[in-house]
Amino acid sequence: MCLSIPVKIVSIDGDIAEVSAGGTLFKAGMQMIDNANVGDYVLLHAGFAIQKISEEDAAETYKILREMNDIG
Amino acid sequence: MKYIDEYRDKELIMKLADRIASAVKRDYTFMEVCGGHTAAIHRFGIPSLLPENIRLISGPGCPVCVTDTGFIDKAIAYSQKEDVIITTFGDLIRVPGSASSLEKQKAAGADVRIIFSGLEALEIAKTNPRKKIIFLGIGFETTAPGTAVTIKQAEKENINNFFVLSAHKIMPPAMEEIVKGGTNLDGFICPGHVAAITGSSIFNFLPEKYNLGCVVTGFEPTDLLQSVLLLTEQANRNEPKVEIQYNRVVTVNGNIKAQRHLNDVFETCDAYWRGFGIIQSSGLTPGKNFERFNAEINMPVEAGKHDENEMCICGEILRGLKEPGECPLFADICTPENPVGACMVSGEGSCNTWYKYRRQDE
Ligand code: SF4
Repeated sequence: MCLSIPVKIVSIDGDIAEVSAGGTLFKAGMQMIDNANVGDYVLLHAGFAIQKISEEDAAETYKILREMNDIG
Repeated sequence: MKYIDEYRDKELIMKLADRIASAVKRDYTFMEVCGGHTAAIHRFGIPSLLPENIRLISGPGCPVCVTDTGFIDKAIAYSQKEDVIITTFGDLIRVPGSASSLEKQKAAGADVRIIFSGLEALEIAKTNPRKKIIFLGIGFETTAPGTAVTIKQAEKENINNFFVLSAHKIMPPAMEEIVKGGTNLDGFICPGHVAAITGSSIFNFLPEKYNLGCVVTGFEPTDLLQSVLLLTEQANRNEPKVEIQYNRVVTVNGNIKAQRHLNDVFETCDAYWRGFGIIQSSGLTPGKNFERFNAEINMPVEAGKHDENEMCICGEILRGLKEPGECPLFADICTPENPVGACMVSGEGSCNTWYKYRRQDE
Protein backbone atom coordinates (compact mmCIF):
# COMPACT_ATOMS: atom_id res chain seq x y z
CA MET A 1 0.00 0.00 0.00
CA CYS A 2 2.77 2.37 0.87
CA LEU A 3 4.44 1.19 -2.27
CA SER A 4 5.38 4.11 -4.47
CA ILE A 5 7.13 3.58 -7.75
CA PRO A 6 9.36 5.90 -9.74
CA VAL A 7 7.75 6.69 -13.09
CA LYS A 8 8.57 8.96 -16.00
CA ILE A 9 6.10 11.55 -17.25
CA VAL A 10 5.15 10.87 -20.87
CA SER A 11 2.47 13.51 -21.40
CA ILE A 12 0.51 15.99 -19.31
CA ASP A 13 -3.06 17.12 -19.76
CA GLY A 14 -4.11 19.57 -17.05
CA ASP A 15 -4.05 17.78 -13.70
CA ILE A 16 -3.61 14.34 -15.20
CA ALA A 17 -0.40 12.94 -16.64
CA GLU A 18 0.37 9.77 -18.46
CA VAL A 19 3.37 8.13 -16.83
CA SER A 20 5.50 5.15 -17.72
CA ALA A 21 6.97 2.53 -15.40
CA GLY A 22 9.30 0.39 -17.47
CA GLY A 23 7.05 0.76 -20.51
CA THR A 24 3.71 0.21 -18.75
CA LEU A 25 1.55 3.32 -18.90
CA PHE A 26 -0.53 4.66 -16.02
CA LYS A 27 -2.59 7.75 -15.36
CA ALA A 28 -1.38 9.92 -12.50
CA GLY A 29 -3.02 12.86 -10.72
CA MET A 30 -0.55 15.76 -10.74
CA GLN A 31 -2.35 17.95 -8.20
CA MET A 32 0.54 17.74 -5.72
CA ILE A 33 3.36 18.59 -8.12
CA ASP A 34 4.55 22.04 -9.17
CA ASN A 35 6.12 22.61 -12.56
CA ALA A 36 6.03 19.06 -13.82
CA ASN A 37 7.51 18.50 -17.26
CA VAL A 38 7.46 15.66 -19.73
CA GLY A 39 10.58 13.57 -19.04
CA ASP A 40 10.62 14.27 -15.29
CA TYR A 41 10.65 11.37 -12.87
CA VAL A 42 8.01 11.37 -10.14
CA LEU A 43 6.98 8.93 -7.44
CA LEU A 44 3.57 7.40 -8.13
CA HIS A 45 1.47 6.42 -5.13
CA ALA A 46 -2.17 5.28 -5.24
CA GLY A 47 -2.80 7.08 -8.51
CA PHE A 48 -1.08 10.36 -7.62
CA ALA A 49 2.38 11.72 -8.22
CA ILE A 50 3.52 12.55 -4.69
CA GLN A 51 6.96 14.05 -5.29
CA LYS A 52 9.48 14.76 -8.00
CA ILE A 53 12.59 12.63 -7.91
CA SER A 54 15.68 14.74 -7.93
CA GLU A 55 18.00 13.40 -10.57
CA GLU A 56 20.89 15.40 -9.15
CA ASP A 57 20.38 14.11 -5.63
CA ALA A 58 20.02 10.57 -6.93
CA ALA A 59 23.34 10.85 -8.75
CA GLU A 60 24.94 12.56 -5.76
CA THR A 61 23.84 9.93 -3.20
CA TYR A 62 25.18 7.23 -5.42
CA LYS A 63 28.47 9.02 -5.97
CA ILE A 64 28.96 9.56 -2.25
CA LEU A 65 28.12 5.94 -1.59
CA ARG A 66 30.68 4.75 -4.07
CA GLU A 67 33.36 7.14 -2.88
CA MET A 68 32.70 6.30 0.73
CA ASN A 69 33.31 2.69 -0.15
CA ASP A 70 36.21 3.39 -2.47
CA ILE A 71 34.89 1.61 -5.48
CA GLY A 72 34.67 2.72 -9.04
CA MET B 1 15.56 1.42 -14.73
CA LYS B 2 17.67 4.33 -13.66
CA TYR B 3 17.51 4.95 -9.88
CA ILE B 4 16.96 1.29 -9.22
CA ASP B 5 19.79 -0.75 -10.71
CA GLU B 6 22.47 1.42 -9.16
CA TYR B 7 21.00 0.95 -5.72
CA ARG B 8 21.16 -2.82 -6.10
CA ASP B 9 24.85 -2.96 -6.98
CA LYS B 10 26.23 -6.16 -5.37
CA GLU B 11 29.72 -4.82 -4.80
CA LEU B 12 28.38 -1.77 -3.05
CA ILE B 13 26.02 -3.87 -0.95
CA MET B 14 28.88 -6.07 0.27
CA LYS B 15 31.08 -3.05 1.06
CA LEU B 16 28.31 -1.47 3.08
CA ALA B 17 27.76 -4.74 4.96
CA ASP B 18 31.51 -4.79 5.80
CA ARG B 19 31.40 -1.24 7.05
CA ILE B 20 28.45 -2.00 9.28
CA ALA B 21 30.23 -5.07 10.64
CA SER B 22 33.23 -2.98 11.61
CA ALA B 23 31.10 -0.18 13.10
CA VAL B 24 29.23 -2.32 15.64
CA LYS B 25 30.31 -2.05 19.26
CA ARG B 26 27.37 -3.56 21.14
CA ASP B 27 23.78 -4.70 20.58
CA TYR B 28 21.44 -2.42 18.64
CA THR B 29 17.73 -2.58 17.88
CA PHE B 30 16.36 -0.41 15.11
CA MET B 31 12.71 -0.24 14.15
CA GLU B 32 11.57 0.14 10.57
CA VAL B 33 8.21 1.83 10.84
CA CYS B 34 7.04 1.51 7.26
CA GLY B 35 5.52 -1.72 5.97
CA GLY B 36 7.19 -1.04 2.62
CA HIS B 37 10.53 -1.20 4.43
CA THR B 38 9.59 -4.45 6.17
CA ALA B 39 8.82 -6.01 2.79
CA ALA B 40 12.01 -4.66 1.18
CA ILE B 41 14.23 -5.72 4.11
CA HIS B 42 13.12 -9.33 3.83
CA ARG B 43 12.89 -9.42 0.04
CA PHE B 44 16.53 -8.32 -0.23
CA GLY B 45 17.67 -10.51 2.66
CA ILE B 46 19.05 -7.54 4.60
CA PRO B 47 19.09 -9.33 8.01
CA SER B 48 21.48 -11.94 6.58
CA LEU B 49 23.91 -9.13 5.68
CA LEU B 50 23.93 -7.67 9.18
CA PRO B 51 26.00 -8.73 12.17
CA GLU B 52 24.07 -10.67 14.79
CA ASN B 53 24.02 -7.84 17.25
CA ILE B 54 21.93 -5.61 14.97
CA ARG B 55 18.26 -6.46 15.22
CA LEU B 56 15.66 -4.90 12.94
CA ILE B 57 12.09 -4.97 14.18
CA SER B 58 8.92 -3.92 12.40
CA GLY B 59 6.59 -1.21 13.58
CA PRO B 60 3.05 0.02 12.96
CA GLY B 61 3.54 1.25 9.40
CA CYS B 62 1.40 -1.15 7.40
CA PRO B 63 -1.87 0.73 6.89
CA VAL B 64 -3.93 -2.40 6.28
CA CYS B 65 -2.51 -3.98 9.44
CA VAL B 66 -3.27 -1.12 11.81
CA THR B 67 -6.82 -0.67 10.48
CA ASP B 68 -9.00 -2.11 13.21
CA THR B 69 -11.68 -4.77 13.02
CA GLY B 70 -14.34 -2.17 13.87
CA PHE B 71 -13.59 -0.31 10.63
CA ILE B 72 -13.82 -3.51 8.59
CA ASP B 73 -17.11 -4.36 10.29
CA LYS B 74 -18.45 -0.90 9.42
CA ALA B 75 -17.38 -1.28 5.79
CA ILE B 76 -19.12 -4.66 5.72
CA ALA B 77 -22.28 -3.10 7.17
CA TYR B 78 -22.23 -0.51 4.37
CA SER B 79 -21.66 -3.19 1.74
CA GLN B 80 -24.89 -4.86 2.85
CA LYS B 81 -26.95 -1.84 1.82
CA GLU B 82 -28.70 -2.22 -1.52
CA ASP B 83 -27.77 1.20 -2.87
CA VAL B 84 -24.08 1.19 -1.90
CA ILE B 85 -20.96 0.48 -3.95
CA ILE B 86 -17.81 0.01 -1.84
CA THR B 87 -14.57 1.14 -3.49
CA THR B 88 -11.32 0.10 -1.87
CA PHE B 89 -7.62 -0.57 -2.32
CA GLY B 90 -7.07 -4.28 -2.92
CA ASP B 91 -5.52 -5.61 0.28
CA LEU B 92 -8.32 -4.45 2.52
CA ILE B 93 -10.96 -6.74 1.07
CA ARG B 94 -9.30 -9.83 2.52
CA VAL B 95 -8.92 -8.55 6.07
CA PRO B 96 -11.17 -10.54 8.38
CA GLY B 97 -13.82 -8.55 10.23
CA SER B 98 -15.64 -10.02 13.23
CA ALA B 99 -17.78 -12.36 11.17
CA SER B 100 -16.97 -11.85 7.50
CA SER B 101 -14.71 -9.95 5.11
CA LEU B 102 -15.43 -7.65 2.19
CA GLU B 103 -14.24 -10.43 -0.09
CA LYS B 104 -16.86 -12.79 1.32
CA GLN B 105 -19.52 -10.09 1.03
CA LYS B 106 -18.54 -9.60 -2.60
CA ALA B 107 -18.85 -13.31 -3.26
CA ALA B 108 -22.31 -13.14 -1.68
CA GLY B 109 -23.34 -10.41 -4.11
CA ALA B 110 -22.28 -7.10 -2.54
CA ASP B 111 -20.91 -4.49 -4.94
CA VAL B 112 -17.30 -4.16 -3.78
CA ARG B 113 -14.82 -2.78 -6.31
CA ILE B 114 -11.05 -2.65 -6.14
CA ILE B 115 -9.54 0.59 -7.33
CA PHE B 116 -6.05 2.02 -7.56
CA SER B 117 -6.88 5.65 -6.90
CA GLY B 118 -9.58 7.76 -5.27
CA LEU B 119 -10.21 9.42 -8.63
CA GLU B 120 -11.42 6.07 -9.95
CA ALA B 121 -14.01 5.96 -7.15
CA LEU B 122 -15.17 9.38 -8.28
CA GLU B 123 -15.62 8.10 -11.84
CA ILE B 124 -17.71 5.23 -10.49
CA ALA B 125 -19.84 7.78 -8.62
CA LYS B 126 -20.42 9.74 -11.82
CA THR B 127 -21.45 6.72 -13.84
CA ASN B 128 -23.71 5.34 -11.08
CA PRO B 129 -25.74 8.39 -10.03
CA ARG B 130 -28.41 6.33 -8.27
CA LYS B 131 -25.90 4.54 -6.06
CA LYS B 132 -23.95 5.81 -3.07
CA ILE B 133 -20.24 5.28 -3.53
CA ILE B 134 -18.19 4.76 -0.37
CA PHE B 135 -14.44 5.04 -0.66
CA LEU B 136 -12.51 3.31 2.12
CA GLY B 137 -9.77 5.81 2.92
CA ILE B 138 -6.84 4.07 4.55
CA GLY B 139 -3.17 4.95 4.65
CA PHE B 140 -0.83 7.47 6.21
CA GLU B 141 0.45 10.88 5.17
CA THR B 142 1.53 9.39 1.84
CA THR B 143 -1.97 8.33 0.84
CA ALA B 144 -4.20 10.85 2.60
CA PRO B 145 -3.36 13.81 0.30
CA GLY B 146 -4.73 11.77 -2.63
CA THR B 147 -8.00 11.34 -0.75
CA ALA B 148 -7.98 15.08 -0.02
CA VAL B 149 -7.55 15.88 -3.72
CA THR B 150 -10.36 13.43 -4.54
CA ILE B 151 -12.73 15.06 -2.03
CA LYS B 152 -11.90 18.53 -3.40
CA GLN B 153 -12.59 17.27 -6.91
CA ALA B 154 -15.95 15.85 -5.77
CA GLU B 155 -16.81 19.26 -4.34
CA LYS B 156 -15.71 21.06 -7.49
CA GLU B 157 -17.84 18.81 -9.69
CA ASN B 158 -20.66 18.83 -7.15
CA ILE B 159 -20.84 15.05 -6.90
CA ASN B 160 -23.44 14.20 -4.27
CA ASN B 161 -23.18 10.42 -4.14
CA PHE B 162 -19.52 10.11 -3.15
CA PHE B 163 -18.54 9.48 0.48
CA VAL B 164 -15.35 8.64 2.31
CA LEU B 165 -15.11 6.31 5.27
CA SER B 166 -11.80 7.52 6.62
CA ALA B 167 -9.30 5.49 8.60
CA HIS B 168 -6.44 7.69 7.44
CA LYS B 169 -3.79 8.07 10.09
CA ILE B 170 -0.63 10.01 10.81
CA MET B 171 2.62 8.40 11.82
CA PRO B 172 4.35 10.44 14.57
CA PRO B 173 1.80 9.79 17.37
CA ALA B 174 2.14 6.01 16.86
CA MET B 175 5.95 6.26 16.94
CA GLU B 176 5.67 8.19 20.18
CA GLU B 177 3.35 5.51 21.62
CA ILE B 178 5.97 2.87 20.82
CA VAL B 179 8.67 4.79 22.62
CA LYS B 180 6.44 5.57 25.60
CA GLY B 181 5.28 1.95 25.68
CA GLY B 182 8.82 0.94 26.55
CA THR B 183 9.90 -0.91 23.39
CA ASN B 184 13.66 -0.86 23.64
CA LEU B 185 15.08 0.94 20.62
CA ASP B 186 18.30 2.54 19.46
CA GLY B 187 16.76 4.36 16.53
CA PHE B 188 14.17 4.49 13.80
CA ILE B 189 14.44 3.71 10.11
CA CYS B 190 11.89 6.39 9.23
CA PRO B 191 9.28 5.99 6.48
CA GLY B 192 10.59 7.57 3.27
CA HIS B 193 7.30 8.07 1.50
CA VAL B 194 5.54 9.57 4.52
CA ALA B 195 8.46 12.00 4.74
CA ALA B 196 8.25 12.76 1.00
CA ILE B 197 5.00 14.51 1.91
CA THR B 198 5.60 15.75 5.46
CA GLY B 199 9.31 16.47 5.29
CA SER B 200 11.84 14.96 7.67
CA SER B 201 11.14 17.60 10.31
CA ILE B 202 8.12 15.71 11.67
CA PHE B 203 10.57 13.30 13.28
CA ASN B 204 12.55 16.01 15.10
CA PHE B 205 10.77 15.29 18.37
CA LEU B 206 12.33 11.83 18.54
CA PRO B 207 15.96 12.91 19.04
CA GLU B 208 14.91 16.03 20.93
CA LYS B 209 12.52 14.46 23.39
CA TYR B 210 13.56 10.81 23.46
CA ASN B 211 17.21 10.82 22.47
CA LEU B 212 16.53 8.50 19.52
CA GLY B 213 18.23 8.60 16.14
CA CYS B 214 16.17 8.79 12.96
CA VAL B 215 17.22 8.15 9.39
CA VAL B 216 14.67 8.75 6.63
CA THR B 217 15.30 5.89 4.28
CA GLY B 218 14.69 4.75 0.72
CA PHE B 219 13.58 1.30 -0.34
CA GLU B 220 16.54 -0.21 -2.15
CA PRO B 221 19.15 -2.49 -0.53
CA THR B 222 21.90 0.13 -0.48
CA ASP B 223 19.43 2.66 0.97
CA LEU B 224 18.55 0.31 3.80
CA LEU B 225 22.14 -0.66 4.55
CA GLN B 226 23.38 2.92 4.44
CA SER B 227 20.66 3.86 6.93
CA VAL B 228 21.59 1.05 9.29
CA LEU B 229 25.18 2.29 9.13
CA LEU B 230 24.13 5.89 9.83
CA LEU B 231 21.96 4.81 12.77
CA THR B 232 24.75 2.65 14.19
CA GLU B 233 27.19 5.55 13.97
CA GLN B 234 24.69 7.92 15.57
CA ALA B 235 24.19 5.45 18.41
CA ASN B 236 27.96 5.00 18.86
CA ARG B 237 28.52 8.73 19.11
CA ASN B 238 25.39 9.13 21.22
CA GLU B 239 24.42 12.01 18.98
CA PRO B 240 20.89 11.24 17.89
CA LYS B 241 19.48 13.40 15.10
CA VAL B 242 17.25 13.26 12.05
CA GLU B 243 19.22 12.44 8.91
CA ILE B 244 17.85 12.10 5.40
CA GLN B 245 19.34 9.17 3.53
CA TYR B 246 16.57 9.22 0.89
CA ASN B 247 17.41 12.68 -0.37
CA ARG B 248 16.43 11.99 -3.96
CA VAL B 249 12.84 12.25 -2.75
CA VAL B 250 12.79 13.71 0.77
CA THR B 251 13.51 17.23 1.99
CA VAL B 252 13.29 18.80 5.44
CA ASN B 253 10.01 20.54 4.63
CA GLY B 254 8.42 18.01 2.29
CA ASN B 255 5.81 18.55 -0.39
CA ILE B 256 4.10 21.81 0.62
CA LYS B 257 1.42 21.53 -2.04
CA ALA B 258 0.39 18.07 -0.84
CA GLN B 259 0.39 19.30 2.77
CA ARG B 260 -1.91 22.13 1.74
CA HIS B 261 -4.43 19.70 0.20
CA LEU B 262 -4.26 17.60 3.35
CA ASN B 263 -4.80 20.55 5.69
CA ASP B 264 -7.57 22.04 3.54
CA VAL B 265 -9.68 18.91 3.77
CA PHE B 266 -8.75 16.96 6.91
CA GLU B 267 -8.76 17.58 10.63
CA THR B 268 -7.03 15.36 13.15
CA CYS B 269 -9.14 13.18 15.40
CA ASP B 270 -8.52 10.42 17.91
CA ALA B 271 -8.14 7.13 16.08
CA TYR B 272 -8.15 3.45 16.89
CA TRP B 273 -5.06 1.46 15.87
CA ARG B 274 -4.95 -2.30 15.93
CA GLY B 275 -2.59 -3.27 18.73
CA PHE B 276 -2.60 0.15 20.35
CA GLY B 277 -6.22 1.13 20.94
CA ILE B 278 -7.08 4.82 20.73
CA ILE B 279 -4.16 7.14 20.02
CA GLN B 280 -5.03 10.80 20.53
CA SER B 281 -4.97 13.09 17.49
CA SER B 282 -3.59 10.36 15.25
CA GLY B 283 -6.42 10.05 12.73
CA LEU B 284 -7.68 12.20 9.86
CA THR B 285 -11.32 12.98 9.24
CA PRO B 286 -12.89 15.39 6.70
CA GLY B 287 -13.19 18.81 8.38
CA LYS B 288 -16.26 21.08 8.68
CA ASN B 289 -16.24 22.33 5.08
CA PHE B 290 -16.16 18.82 3.69
CA GLU B 291 -18.51 17.05 6.09
CA ARG B 292 -20.95 16.25 3.33
CA PHE B 293 -18.44 13.72 2.00
CA ASN B 294 -18.02 11.98 5.36
CA ALA B 295 -19.83 8.63 5.22
CA GLU B 296 -20.05 8.35 8.98
CA ILE B 297 -21.92 11.65 9.32
CA ASN B 298 -24.21 11.29 6.32
CA MET B 299 -25.09 7.65 6.51
CA PRO B 300 -24.23 6.30 9.96
CA VAL B 301 -24.23 2.52 10.39
CA GLU B 302 -24.20 0.32 13.45
CA ALA B 303 -21.57 -2.38 13.27
CA GLY B 304 -22.14 -3.94 16.68
CA LYS B 305 -19.43 -5.08 19.03
CA HIS B 306 -16.37 -6.40 17.27
CA ASP B 307 -14.46 -9.54 18.05
CA GLU B 308 -10.76 -10.14 17.56
CA ASN B 309 -9.29 -13.61 17.35
CA GLU B 310 -7.66 -13.97 20.76
CA MET B 311 -4.81 -16.12 19.51
CA CYS B 312 -3.69 -13.53 16.93
CA ILE B 313 -0.75 -11.47 18.21
CA CYS B 314 -0.79 -8.87 15.40
CA GLY B 315 -1.17 -6.16 18.04
CA GLU B 316 2.06 -7.06 19.82
CA ILE B 317 3.86 -7.48 16.50
CA LEU B 318 2.78 -4.00 15.43
CA ARG B 319 4.18 -2.58 18.65
CA GLY B 320 7.52 -4.29 18.05
CA LEU B 321 7.09 -6.54 21.10
CA LYS B 322 6.83 -9.90 19.34
CA GLU B 323 7.77 -11.48 16.03
CA PRO B 324 5.48 -13.51 13.75
CA GLY B 325 7.32 -16.74 14.59
CA GLU B 326 6.05 -16.39 18.16
CA CYS B 327 2.41 -16.67 17.06
CA PRO B 328 1.01 -20.19 17.58
CA LEU B 329 -1.08 -19.84 14.41
CA PHE B 330 1.74 -18.66 12.14
CA ALA B 331 2.13 -20.62 8.88
CA ASP B 332 0.00 -23.36 10.34
CA ILE B 333 -3.55 -22.15 10.72
CA CYS B 334 -2.80 -18.64 9.50
CA THR B 335 -1.46 -18.34 5.95
CA PRO B 336 -1.77 -15.73 3.17
CA GLU B 337 -4.47 -17.90 1.54
CA ASN B 338 -6.32 -18.15 4.81
CA PRO B 339 -5.36 -15.15 6.93
CA VAL B 340 -6.52 -14.96 10.54
CA GLY B 341 -5.16 -11.46 11.16
CA ALA B 342 -4.51 -8.35 9.11
CA CYS B 343 -0.71 -8.75 9.36
CA MET B 344 -0.97 -11.89 7.23
CA VAL B 345 -3.10 -10.22 4.54
CA SER B 346 -1.08 -7.28 3.37
CA GLY B 347 2.09 -7.72 1.34
CA GLU B 348 3.60 -5.22 3.78
CA GLY B 349 2.43 -7.02 6.90
CA SER B 350 5.08 -8.67 9.05
CA CYS B 351 3.39 -12.07 9.12
CA ASN B 352 2.90 -12.09 5.34
CA THR B 353 6.52 -11.05 4.77
CA TRP B 354 7.84 -13.67 7.19
CA TYR B 355 5.67 -16.30 5.53
CA LYS B 356 7.14 -15.47 2.14
CA TYR B 357 10.78 -15.07 3.08
CA ARG B 358 11.54 -16.50 6.49
CA ARG B 359 9.28 -19.48 7.05
CA GLN B 360 12.17 -21.92 6.71
CA ASP B 361 13.93 -20.23 9.66
CA GLU B 362 11.11 -21.12 12.01
S1 SF4 C 1 0.35 -15.28 12.09
FE1 SF4 C 1 -1.79 -14.74 11.68
S2 SF4 C 1 -2.81 -15.02 13.63
FE2 SF4 C 1 -0.63 -14.92 14.06
S3 SF4 C 1 -0.21 -12.76 14.49
FE3 SF4 C 1 0.14 -13.07 12.33
S4 SF4 C 1 -1.80 -12.53 11.37
FE4 SF4 C 1 -2.24 -12.86 13.53
